[in-house]
Amino acid sequence: MSKGRQANVSATIPMQKTTLPLDKDHPLLFERVSPGATAASIPDSDVPAFDRAAAIDSEYLAGEGPDLPEIGEMDLVRHYTRLAHRVFSVDANFYPLGSCTMKYNPRVNEIAAAMPRFADLHPYQYESDTQGILELLYRLRGFLQEISGLSEVTLQPSAGAAGEMTGLMIINAYHRSRGEKRRKVLAPASAHGTNPATCAMCARDVCQIKTKPDGRVDLDDLRANVDEHTAALMITNPNTVGVFDEQIEIIADILHDAGAQLYLDGANMNAMLGIARPGDFGVDVMHFNTHKTFSTPHGGGGPGAGPVGVADHLRPFLPVPQVIQRDDGTFGWDYDREKSIGKVRSFYGQTGVLIRAYAYIRALGSDGLLNVSRKAVLSANYLAACLKERFHLPFPAPYAHEFILVPKFDGAKVTELDVAKRLIDFGIHPPTMSWPIAHCLMIEPTETESLPTLDEFVEAMLTIADEIEHDPETVHAAPHTTPVARMDEVAASRKPNVQWKQ
Amino acid sequence: MSVPNDRKYADSHEWFKLEGDVVTIGITQFAADELTDITYVDLPTVGGKVDAGKELGEIESVKATSELYTVVAGEVVEINEELGDAPELVNDDPFSRGWMVKLKTSDVSPFDKLMDAATYEKHCATQT
Repeated sequence: MSKGRQANVSATIPMQKTTLPLDKDHPLLFERVSPGATAASIPDSDVPAFDRAAAIDSEYLAGEGPDLPEIGEMDLVRHYTRLAHRVFSVDANFYPLGSCTMKYNPRVNEIAAAMPRFADLHPYQYESDTQGILELLYRLRGFLQEISGLSEVTLQPSAGAAGEMTGLMIINAYHRSRGEKRRKVLAPASAHGTNPATCAMCARDVCQIKTKPDGRVDLDDLRANVDEHTAALMITNPNTVGVFDEQIEIIADILHDAGAQLYLDGANMNAMLGIARPGDFGVDVMHFNTHKTFSTPHGGGGPGAGPVGVADHLRPFLPVPQVIQRDDGTFGWDYDREKSIGKVRSFYGQTGVLIRAYAYIRALGSDGLLNVSRKAVLSANYLAACLKERFHLPFPAPYAHEFILVPKFDGAKVTELDVAKRLIDFGIHPPTMSWPIAHCLMIEPTETESLPTLDEFVEAMLTIADEIEHDPETVHAAPHTTPVARMDEVAASRKPNVQWKQ
Repeated sequence: MSVPNDRKYADSHEWFKLEGDVVTIGITQFAADELTDITYVDLPTVGGKVDAGKELGEIESVKATSELYTVVAGEVVEINEELGDAPELVNDDPFSRGWMVKLKTSDVSPFDKLMDAATYEKHCATQT
């Protein structure tokens, strides 16, 4: 490895920026008690003391209260601040987690969602009192219809997987309405794991379709497996190896000729905004992941949202209620759809998340969304071009918004796990690994990373490639900069111990 | 890697050893190595019947969860109870103490489509 590069890396990558000690044995609150200390002073009670023992039969008494930690405010604040400093997050670190689109969540989304006139609403309020949120949801539905090129969108499902299930239930209802019972659902080998799970939840059998070495669907295998029992093909396009399958219209024709439906897993919409519309290339149903494409928080922020769009012939089966604009211009809920699959979530969907998605779309506008996808695609292809000499790229470029690489181990005792762990030392979150092909890393930079950040990532990866050749032990023993290096995942899984005892 | 000659192999990395009308099923060393440390093996109920080509159980490792398939139909006559407490046997000794299921079968014809040890070794070489 060249000395120059090493110096450059340590100069540009925050390896040891932590100002707080990385004390391995950071105590739990229970271990840090100072008897009598308190973080809140409560005035003496001004109601007479109540004698529990006299009023309640002893067998129903709970006894002494729990032994809660006694701790002063300063220690309490430090405890949580120190823990917070250890959190790895998009706000603090580059997060090239392929397939998950870990983009920055603009703060303006939070401001919008926290506005009291949205945040303080109750779902049982009258339509006449809630015209604002209804209009927002109606407009969001319109935006998603425009983006997807599909006839109608429901905002109700509360996550991508819930959206998938909703979509497949709609497809099942459609086939049933035609007197057909189609039990078989096809999915390419590169499908997301949720696709077969959705099939299982909807009592459908999954049939895996082969993919070609270039990552595209094997059309011969598709033709061989599509028949009168086929309900749908669930496809992710661009797919999980990062390539857009240009055969998608042929795929749609093969399915439609057999009376089957084309389901698009919208996980990778971040590569297509304003560029291609699923409804234009033959998709009948799709779901959006608002946390991937429209910058709503990933997990931790409560339930998500997985809106589902459908082509015209599937509109009657959408869930109720649907947000509509009435002839007099007011907004309301429409329950009058007799072929509807019913409700898929309580009330109207996760409106707090939907407000964030709306804010994001409005803040960017149509040109901004187009730029999101252009830059996401450019960033992924830039990284791939910078890394192709030192890493094996099993699928041919150009890529969409993510790509797969396999480290060149050349007999070194290093695995993709070690490479992922070593990236932590460079302040970078480990990418998705070992999926969808063996020994790979799946890299997705997203549009929100700057060129300097992308270059830091390239430097880190090239440094690791050098280390694999000349110093594999450093990679194998990584991370070196975290409070805890490697968990004993085997013991944690075989003999989990999740209890703390004094 | 030494692959025993006394049994047949599926391209999904299960091994099938026929003795009389009982087939013992497990996964290969290659599969165990790829999965890394195995933490849980979910096996079928003894007495249950399974069709050819269907899922027989699930193998969980720290890295992934994958299915155990059978190429022959039959009735489950025995499962490796030891794996409940010691799933690591699959990593340590996949061809012997790490066996998973014994099926009683009346149709051994699917064996014709399986690979012998040498062919399977070549198959593995194409997988890395």
